[in-house]
Amino acid sequence: MSAVLATSTGPREAPHSASLLEAIGLGRRFRGLAAVDAVSIDVCVGEIHAVIGTNGAGKSTLINMLSGELAPSAGTVRFAGHDVTRWSQPRRARAGLGRSYQRTTIFAEFSVLENCRLAAQASEQRPWLVWERAAHDRRGIAIATRAIAAAGLDGDAGRMASTLSHGAKRQLEIAMCLATAPRALLLDEPLAGMGAEETGRMLTLLSDLKATHAILLVEHDMDAVFRVADRITVMVNGQVIASDVPERIRSDPAVRLAYLGDAH
Amino acid sequence: MASEGAGNELREDGADVRAEVGALPDIGRREAGGWLVPVAAALAIAALPLVLSPYGQDVVVRIAIYAIFALSLELLVGATGLVSLGHAAFLGIGAYVTVLASGDSGASLALLVPLAMGAAAAYAVVVGALSLRTRGVYFIMVTLAFAQMAYFVFHDTKVGGGSDGIFLYVKPVLAVGATTLLDLGQRVPFYYSVLAALVATYAFIALLLGSRFGHALAGIRVNEQRMRAAGFATTPYKLAAFTVAGALAGLAGLLLAVKDGAVNPELLSWHESGAVLLMLIFGGIGSLRGAVLGAIAFTLLKELFQSEALLGPMAGHWQLTLGLTIIAFVAALPRGLIGLGTRVRGLVSERAARAATAKSP
Repeated sequence: MSAVLATSTGPREAPHSASLLEAIGLGRRFRGLAAVDAVSIDVCVGEIHAVIGTNGAGKSTLINMLSGELAPSAGTVRFAGHDVTRWSQPRRARAGLGRSYQRTTIFAEFSVLENCRLAAQASEQRPWLVWERAAHDRRGIAIATRAIAAAGLDGDAGRMASTLSHGAKRQLEIAMCLATAPRALLLDEPLAGMGAEETGRMLTLLSDLKATHAILLVEHDMDAVFRVADRITVMVNGQVIASDVPERIRSDPAVRLAYLGDAH
Repeated sequence: MASEGAGNELREDGADVRAEVGALPDIGRREAGGWLVPVAAALAIAALPLVLSPYGQDVVVRIAIYAIFALSLELLVGATGLVSLGHAAFLGIGAYVTVLASGDSGASLALLVPLAMGAAAAYAVVVGALSLRTRGVYFIMVTLAFAQMAYFVFHDTKVGGGSDGIFLYVKPVLAVGATTLLDLGQRVPFYYSVLAALVATYAFIALLLGSRFGHALAGIRVNEQRMRAAGFATTPYKLAAFTVAGALAGLAGLLLAVKDGAVNPELLSWHESGAVLLMLIFGGIGSLRGAVLGAIAFTLLKELFQSEALLGPMAGHWQLTLGLTIIAFVAALPRGLIGLGTRVRGLVSERAARAATAKSP
């Protein structure tokens, strides 16, 4: 992880050539209906690329194709120089493509530490060493502890995950994602259901992570998106209608008409 | 994530947190008394022949074999969250292979154990590879279908003597040169061999569950999608668990064939698969002790309800009485017999709380 980060944290002059994750002409049809149609999008280390759009615009389908949970009907996905279109989700995850879910998907009955240790275990599984105790997994515990600290859950390592507040569960979701040592993060509505204070904390966290990660953010909270995003892609009916820096997206007439509405 | 410079400091934190977390029910499997309870139970079983009649010992052996069978299924149901309704196929295959490989002149245990477990594991690889593509109730039905397939192979062909089954004429021995180390045809060596197999199975599964492999299985049980997102190819993990469970069921089959001196297709029937699932539910899913407890309770209750001396003509309807009893138990103890202590404590504290609120106003 660190080698890649070291080379990519410098000033970026040509973001598109340095993109870590890239989709080219990605499409997915469900029974003739194009949920995602010829979408090209990329994200580089050092930036937050937000994807916004109305319900049913194809954001979740897009993120599922990027993460490998859903096979695309058309197009390619490239990650860190490899064509990963045919890679399974676990293989992409091990290569450094982490994701979080819209619906909280933590291991509710495990401790916060075990949630993250298990995620860290994915990068060094060696399941045949059955005489080694998982509870004494020094490497996993060290990685998990760092991830917990990075996500701002320091005091909660020993707590059972189900007892955390909603906001803390979302932070744990990020911590588990970090524990897999990803280079790119696909975040599906990390702010869903969060209060103002929790949202602020999460946005600070995302801004911190930006320096070392390529972040693709799908989010409904427009204020938050315009606060943290470096680039915004707007999707309507499975297609990209605009992709640009926030200032220009805000004033883009097509976006205003199709998505933000005349009220803005 | 944090910079490299903070590594040492953070590692210390890790150690602290680990000590703190040691007392937590990390994956919900830490049980009261730790190793003390199973070790004491094994010693007690080892001492039982001193006080038990040969018939009593026979019951203990039957219980121990079914406990191995139940433990093997617990690895799937309780640990991995895979509910199989075809587990008897592996028991039956282990038993049939033992009898078939023994032939007319008998065979060495050193050959039979790997053969019986290997054959059961091989069938488990095939069944697992095909059934693990499905989930939930479909998985239940596919495992059932594969077990019924194996059942009809033995029932309708001459491979294993058809519906009558076949006898095991010579019980297996373990010998080095001319010296016989172990003769399973004799009561006492067989008793302790079965006990040793039970202890080994229990210890092996406990070892698995505490390892990274076991923790990954627990993760798959709780949230398979999240495991895949973290980078675990979950199907190979589930297939490994399915195969190990099949091999251990094959071991139980070997012991059952030796105990009964015969095998018949009913060993592979869905009644057996259902019975072992009932043992787990009865004892408490999610606990190795529960699996053993379920095997004990199920076998003893079956003996009781089949006893004409005690129940007279009702003994002919043991399925009905056993079924009703299990329904009553499960209704009263949804977490199984293993949850009895917690349930009683809960009721007592509830009553105490109610008494306190009744007094206070």
